Amino acid sequence: MMPNTLAKNEAKYKFLMITTFILIIMAILISINAGYMKIPIADVIATLFGNGTPQNELTIFEFRLPRIFMALLVGLGISISGAILQGISGNPLADPGILGINAGAGFTIVLYMFFFQGTVFITGWLSIFIMPFAALIGGFIAAFLIYIISWKNGRVTPIRLILVGIGINAAFGAGLTIFQMKMEPIDFMKAIVWLSGSIWGTNWTFVWMIALWLVVLIPIVLYKSRVLDVLKLGDSIAIGVGANIEKERRFLLFISVAIAAVCVSVGGGITFLGLIAPHMARRLVGASHAKSLPLAALLGALLLLLADTLGRVILAPMELPVGLVISVLGAPYFIYLLIKTN
Amino acid sequence: MNTKTTLDYKNPFTSSAVIIIGIILLALSVVVSINFGASSTLSYQDVWSAIFHFDPTNSSHVIIRELRLPRAIAAISVGAALAVSGAIMQGMTRNPLASPSIMGVTSGSSFLIAIALAALPGISYLGLMMFSFVGAGLGAALVFGISAMAKGGVTPVKLALVGSAITSLLSSLSTAIGIKFNVSKDISYWYAGGVSSIQPQHILFAIPFIIVGLILALILSRSISVLSLGEDVAKGLGQRTGYVQLLGTIAVLLLTGAAVSIAGMIGFVGLVIPHITRFLVGVDYRWIIPCSAILGGILLITADIVGRSVNPPFETPVSAITALIGVPFFLYLARKEGRGL
Repeated sequence: MMPNTLAKNEAKYKFLMITTFILIIMAILISINAGYMKIPIADVIATLFGNGTPQNELTIFEFRLPRIFMALLVGLGISISGAILQGISGNPLADPGILGINAGAGFTIVLYMFFFQGTVFITGWLSIFIMPFAALIGGFIAAFLIYIISWKNGRVTPIRLILVGIGINAAFGAGLTIFQMKMEPIDFMKAIVWLSGSIWGTNWTFVWMIALWLVVLIPIVLYKSRVLDVLKLGDSIAIGVGANIEKERRFLLFISVAIAAVCVSVGGGITFLGLIAPHMARRLVGASHAKSLPLAALLGALLLLLADTLGRVILAPMELPVGLVISVLGAPYFIYLLIKTN
Repeated sequence: MNTKTTLDYKNPFTSSAVIIIGIILLALSVVVSINFGASSTLSYQDVWSAIFHFDPTNSSHVIIRELRLPRAIAAISVGAALAVSGAIMQGMTRNPLASPSIMGVTSGSSFLIAIALAALPGISYLGLMMFSFVGAGLGAALVFGISAMAKGGVTPVKLALVGSAITSLLSSLSTAIGIKFNVSKDISYWYAGGVSSIQPQHILFAIPFIIVGLILALILSRSISVLSLGEDVAKGLGQRTGYVQLLGTIAVLLLTGAAVSIAGMIGFVGLVIPHITRFLVGVDYRWIIPCSAILGGILLITADIVGRSVNPPFETPVSAITALIGVPFFLYLARKEGRGL
């Protein structure tokens, strides 16, 4: 590659990152402003700098901001998780939601909340920090099932992987429906809304919990971005350049499932976001994961925040779960990708 | 079937046996289904006399006539309709993954039912059923239309993937409609899928459509056998394939639309039953279609009984039971990547 195209690419990458970042800031301001109680932008800024009315302070710091940060973090995590899945499977259609990893994580979380807390959706400090481990168990069971069922003749073809994922999704859904009888009807309705994707853990404890996980896991992914590049070239080339592919692949799968599970524990089963954001990022900056991963993360955060804000506003005072908004946008995108892939 | 050059006709004796044993099992399960429930005082004699010597002052008779019998009939007719729909779709498209729920037909129905509930509150059941038919057509048209645009042609797997994407799109939109127009509860009834709150009048409206659909399917069965050899072969044999496909599609829409309007979205019946039937009676659709109808009825009424007995007095939706039976089967087919019908 010519040096100056390289420099140009670098400049384009920086430009895109900064633009996305500015868009996120704007989306945050819009999201604080929008909702059942409209707060004018001037008041928002005044409140952020400590000169607001107590009522605005309460609304913004205790309700809007935790939710906004939660949306950003979940969006970021799901995009990274999707990008890894696509990288290690060589499958542009992979997404933790479509593959049923979210469904598995969601299933065990509902079980956990039900059996260990007496009722669904209790927000004790300790239980919030333990919850992701419950999600991890379900996520790994789902991932394991998907992997062994779609494994045939020594390989996993992309299409078979997705098809098996759809089946696993349906199985966990049916399992939950059968389990619903043990739940109070109100808990069950909450569980259903949440499984279709809804940012519900809207206090700072949840934000810190998920931030902690992501701060640990995401640097590992970025460190492994070169491995992802190599894996994407195909098994024979990857072996040729000396990558221990099965070991690397399993490790990255582990990280990806962990990130997805943690996000599910607060954001429910958001499907298609892990598909859209990495794909957009690759279209914008090319296939190198060192660049596409950070951009995908920012785009995912931006998209989920916008979708959540839209869901809060579009039917106000009713609220549309963010997962539904993402599905309405994401399903056509998935179909578009499907039509294009051979 | 791709690998077989001649039709693998099984002994008609086997097929007749499937039909006869099937009908006996069906009758038994109807009796069990009627007899089984929260009110334990019903005896088999009550069931018998409620059907043949109805006494409106006897409360057991009323329970049987108004609740239990309609429910059993609904389960059987929905199961039969979905299974035959799936059989026709698999035969016409030579696609082992074809079935009303996977191909987005049931989700189209439910979507238009959601629209009808929101836009026309207090709509009659007959009106709802019309929306359901139109929706079935819409769902099928969307999925097949989009798949036809795909690079590399329509493959069984692509149809299934487009179908599942369309299903998640339409169900998201339906949920949004439900929240917006405050009809979530009504809509979730169709999405949960079950025969627990059947009303006798609904069945009276829907059954004629199902019967017409089944008769149409039986008339077409011979042509579908020919079509299942491949469109080129069928044309070569002098069949007007377009005509058969049109009539077959009408039968699918009638059967699926009516089934969804009774019981909502129930998955996997239309996928699993035709495969089991083919395994039992071979590849002749003149046998497959009637046998699918009977086996589909048995499956759904049994699933309904199981759903009622898992956790009494609560009911587990029948769609969850069919999914548990159907998923392993679906996974088995997925491993084969849609090959080998």
